[in-house]
Amino acid sequence: MNSEWLADFWRYRELLYFLAWRDVKVRYKQAALGASWAIIQPLFTMIIFTLFFGRLAGVPSDGIPYPLFSFCALVPWTYFSTTLSQAGNSLVSNAPLVTKVYFPRALLPAASVLSGLVDFLVGASFLVLMMMYYRVKPGWSLFLAPFFVAGMVLLAFSVSMFLAALNVRYRDVKYALPFIIQIWLLVTPIIYPVSFLPAKWKHFLAFNPMAGLLEGFRSSLFTTRRIDWGLVGISVVTTVVLLFIGAIYFRKTERSFADMV
Amino acid sequence: MSQAIAVEKLSKKFVLGALQRDTMLRERLVSLLRSPFRGRSASPNILWALRDVSFRVDAGEVVGIIGRNGAGKSTLLKVLSKITYPTSGTVQVGGRVASLLEVGTGFHEELTGRENIYLNGSILGMKHGEVAAKLDSIVDFAGVAQFLDTPIKRYSTGMRLRLGFAVAAHLDPDVLIVDEVLAVGDAGFQRKCLNTMEGLRSGGRTVLFVSHNMAAVENLCSRCIWIDGGQVCMDGSPREVIEAYMNTFANAREAMADLRSVQNRRGSGEIRYTGVEYLTSTGEPLQVVRSGDSFVIRFHYHAHKPVAYPSFGLRLYTEFGTLITDTSTWHHGIDIPLVLPGDGYVDLHIDFLNLLPARYYFSLWITGAASPVHDNVEHCAQLDVELANVYSSGRMLDSRSGIVFFPQRWKVHEAILAGAACKAGEK
Repeated sequence: MNSEWLADFWRYRELLYFLAWRDVKVRYKQAALGASWAIIQPLFTMIIFTLFFGRLAGVPSDGIPYPLFSFCALVPWTYFSTTLSQAGNSLVSNAPLVTKVYFPRALLPAASVLSGLVDFLVGASFLVLMMMYYRVKPGWSLFLAPFFVAGMVLLAFSVSMFLAALNVRYRDVKYALPFIIQIWLLVTPIIYPVSFLPAKWKHFLAFNPMAGLLEGFRSSLFTTRRIDWGLVGISVVTTVVLLFIGAIYFRKTERSFADMV
Repeated sequence: MSQAIAVEKLSKKFVLGALQRDTMLRERLVSLLRSPFRGRSASPNILWALRDVSFRVDAGEVVGIIGRNGAGKSTLLKVLSKITYPTSGTVQVGGRVASLLEVGTGFHEELTGRENIYLNGSILGMKHGEVAAKLDSIVDFAGVAQFLDTPIKRYSTGMRLRLGFAVAAHLDPDVLIVDEVLAVGDAGFQRKCLNTMEGLRSGGRTVLFVSHNMAAVENLCSRCIWIDGGQVCMDGSPREVIEAYMNTFANAREAMADLRSVQNRRGSGEIRYTGVEYLTSTGEPLQVVRSGDSFVIRFHYHAHKPVAYPSFGLRLYTEFGTLITDTSTWHHGIDIPLVLPGDGYVDLHIDFLNLLPARYYFSLWITGAASPVHDNVEHCAQLDVELANVYSSGRMLDSRSGIVFFPQRWKVHEAILAGAACKAGEK
């Protein structure tokens, strides 16, 4: 990453906004439909999780009602997973643009990362309703929630830069992507709390940056939970490392995008 | 004069074939596991799209780039636009660059005309405020005011083209790079494009454009570069360069009987044209073709494999590259179930050649059932049409009369003719 690359990115910031705006506009062309999908997806997953894991398997939820426990993780997770699959395909699906116009290529995954935030906000407002229903009163820690979201945005951008570039080079990445996302869901404390795991596993969990960020986000919503700063710290460091790896790989390969996509 | 573009020893290499086998991550991983120390076993099928290209363009010059399909023109424009990167050599372009390699890049079907103007403008490098300020003028230019808030999926092809070009026409760049935009759209649209380019030229902008329309290149450009096989073949005044370029097609005359040796062709090659012959209606070799003649053009082919449902076709061009007509067995509803390996021919019977005397060229193609191209040879054969006494009046038609004529009759009332005779008598 050199400064020229970043400067170019900055110069084209308006196009970034327009590309993200396009994604949102197209998705929300029929406003009700767009918004409802942003809620339906985490909502139904929450219902299924509550039935199978909360009720049948009896997975603990640290004293929080299980539906709320899983939903408050599913909203950011849905954002993260949809962003990965959209941003991961962003270069290939925008091939006509890549082969016909010059602009910093990283704008494409970045735009997907940004446009997904609208869905996230819709989901989050539903989360607020749910918290009111369960009469959960958040404390001061709520003000930390945006930082965790910002961390997830950064993480989503890092991973999707890598995946998008890899996808141009190797056409089967597209097929591996849903599988990667599925595995990632299971190794992230969404269905279960971190306390559910044996202590020595927890250290491995920390290397999944989504684990720390998501757990931090969840903890920030409830006064009854303490934020595990050790876990969060490792996740933030991992995110920054991934950002560099993603950006370096992207930069190394972006010159050949137009020839290969 | 200051310099707008400097291209120095530019080369661009494409590796063909090797890529295809290498595009699966799974296979790459497997091969890494099997022999971790061996590099990629690339079958070196290398294509040099550009090779050692050097030229400079001064600010304010309008440069036309001509050459056959696959000569490297589009690759050159892409490198100049920073879309793709050179393998070696350097490119410097000064000032604000706008490249228009396609009309309406990034248009989204679901978005309205207005939304697409903003999106497309932004993609082409305009600021939001700039688009807003020019919106009325863009809409006016495109003539889509009524449909501004309609999704463009409801637009006709013509409307889309106009809208796309309208945005591009308002770019106001220092250097404009245009690829074959003039090849699309109707006559009115083309005139609009040409006028805009003319305006840019008089506005002192630097323009670089690729076209097959030799008349446009000659009219608009102050300089012309001819590219062939990825190299600059000639660089000079449009008239001279176009003439030299067109003269290479004259060599097609010798190749007329034999297309087997033509290298510059595309397609999968299961079946290829091997030759072209002109015959009289009775099957004798034909020496001279005149306007109004009836004759036969025989296309010889050779098939290496059985080919299912091939269509044989040709495109006829004027000397200046204007497409006159495109015809094929498919257009005529002729389905050929199977062509067996070996030699054969198809005949095109022309009952009445309504072309005026001039030199014409044709490009030949054969496509298959699922429309893969088997063979495509550009400007491979020449047709010289000679003067003729078409209307049996003893008065000849020549190339100054246009490109075509059609069967027709004039009727002038007897009284007028008689009246003229009286007047003549009075004198």
